[in-house]
Amino acid sequence: MANESTLVELLRQQGVSRRGFLKYCAALTSMMGLAPTMVSAVSEALQNARRPSVIWLSFQECTGCTEALTRSHAPTIEGVIFDAISLDYHHTLQAASGAAAEAERENAMEENAGSYLLVVDGSIPLADPGYSTIAGISNLDMLEETAKGAAAVIAVGTCATYGGLPMARPNPTGAVPVSDIIKEKPIINVAGCPPIPVAITGVLAHYLTFGAPPELDHLGRPLAFYGETIHDRCYRRPFYDRGLFAESFDDEGARKGWCLFKLGCKALVTYNACATLKWNQGTSFPIQSGHGCIGCSEPGFWDKGGIYKALSRGEMSSNAKLAAAGAAGVAIGAGSALLARRRQNSVENSEK
Amino acid sequence: MTLLDLARGPALEWALVIFIAGILWRLLGVLLLTHPVDFSAPRTSFAKLQGTRTVFSRAWPSAEFIVRTRYQTVMAYVFHIGMFVVVAGFVPHIEFITGLTGLSWPGLPNFVATLLGIAAVLALVAMLVRRLTDQRKCCVSTWDDYFSWFATAAPLVTGLMAFYHLGPRYETLLAMHILSIDLLLVWFPFGKLMHAFWAVLSRAQTGAAYYRKGVRI
Repeated sequence: MANESTLVELLRQQGVSRRGFLKYCAALTSMMGLAPTMVSAVSEALQNARRPSVIWLSFQECTGCTEALTRSHAPTIEGVIFDAISLDYHHTLQAASGAAAEAERENAMEENAGSYLLVVDGSIPLADPGYSTIAGISNLDMLEETAKGAAAVIAVGTCATYGGLPMARPNPTGAVPVSDIIKEKPIINVAGCPPIPVAITGVLAHYLTFGAPPELDHLGRPLAFYGETIHDRCYRRPFYDRGLFAESFDDEGARKGWCLFKLGCKALVTYNACATLKWNQGTSFPIQSGHGCIGCSEPGFWDKGGIYKALSRGEMSSNAKLAAAGAAGVAIGAGSALLARRRQNSVENSEK
Repeated sequence: MTLLDLARGPALEWALVIFIAGILWRLLGVLLLTHPVDFSAPRTSFAKLQGTRTVFSRAWPSAEFIVRTRYQTVMAYVFHIGMFVVVAGFVPHIEFITGLTGLSWPGLPNFVATLLGIAAVLALVAMLVRRLTDQRKCCVSTWDDYFSWFATAAPLVTGLMAFYHLGPRYETLLAMHILSIDLLLVWFPFGKLMHAFWAVLSRAQTGAAYYRKGVRI
């Protein structure tokens, strides 16, 4: 159930000073792309906010999104946000299990009807409900039932936002994203495989502060984190512009940190904050570590023609069609020449 | 399926199918025709081989015509050379060709490709203006001329827009660029763009015919 303590009281109990809290609010305001004048509004809202109930449903997923969020080192923004909310249901993190856990979820839904946040990670299988169940309840039924009383739905991870890996061809489980099931609630898509942890907590913090989702792009992703391509913020961009590319992993170009376009980097068409916020408290991100971006925050990224094939190579199914086209061209060309020759011969014969 | 997925996927695949089938149809449809028999004795030997020399000797107008044709010739070369360098020298294009054929070669610095790409576009515009303002050219121009111009200019313009991120989101610009190439590939076998093959064959044929008569051109 939602805790009656405010965030500030909770932080004080944990030894976090007011100064520390205000520093956190300033950092969060900046990361959300809000004006500096909003810092006071953010701190006011957070310090007076009652901890909202959050129900986290995990469906067809690898738990990577929860891992990303919880493996962040404390004390961090992620840790603070976790204290700001009342996480009433989460398979991986909760102490209760079985019937007690489900009862906890139903209590939270009843006590906070219309005001709890529903966080979903993982896709929902429609081919057969037996592919993924929790306490005997199919993912589809649990999502539809829990979403009814939610104020908003936050789909975390590419599986929940766009279907993700389970939806990769041939999609044996009939996996679909949350937005294919839930139509009448606001949905915020925090995409990524996994998403950058602060993107998840930033969305939660925005909701706590303003009671509404942040500004979203045409795919439902918060613009603060998904407004720019990784290509536009990549530190290797000068090498792309100059036409200097790594040809293979660990060759001279790779060791010199040249652009990874030829090794399949999809940063040109991938919207995320990896190049700016990076991972593990700003340590690095895939390109910096020498591997091209796989475009994990974009829909259908598993079926875009190959992680190691350059973006300009196309997504053609096979060369069989092209070979058939060649054969057809030869047949039609030879056939038309043969007809023309016959006509010419008959004209010559008639002239004789 | 997004517009980019369509452009890179089925649209490109079918455009290549039509391009390959169409080119082979038109080339074989002409090359396999009968040749008229010439009963006179040839004045030189290896006339057909000598004919290939004409492809290069006729690459620049002869002195009698140079004043009236140099502007057109220079603009055409700027466009063709620029386009060739852009297609064969820009690394993402080389990657595309490698994906299709397995062949690869070193690329040029990007600024070379973009500079020549801009020059090619300006040359195309100059030639269009000439075609529209010159009364004689205008009179003999057909729909094929203008549409072939558009099909050739669109990939260059959209490619430069995509590279410089001018206008819509990058993935939309890239989709427009690839779709314009799909259009070029589909149109290529059916219009005047086939001059890419016919010009070489026609010059060689003319040269061989004259060589047979003992005249080197």
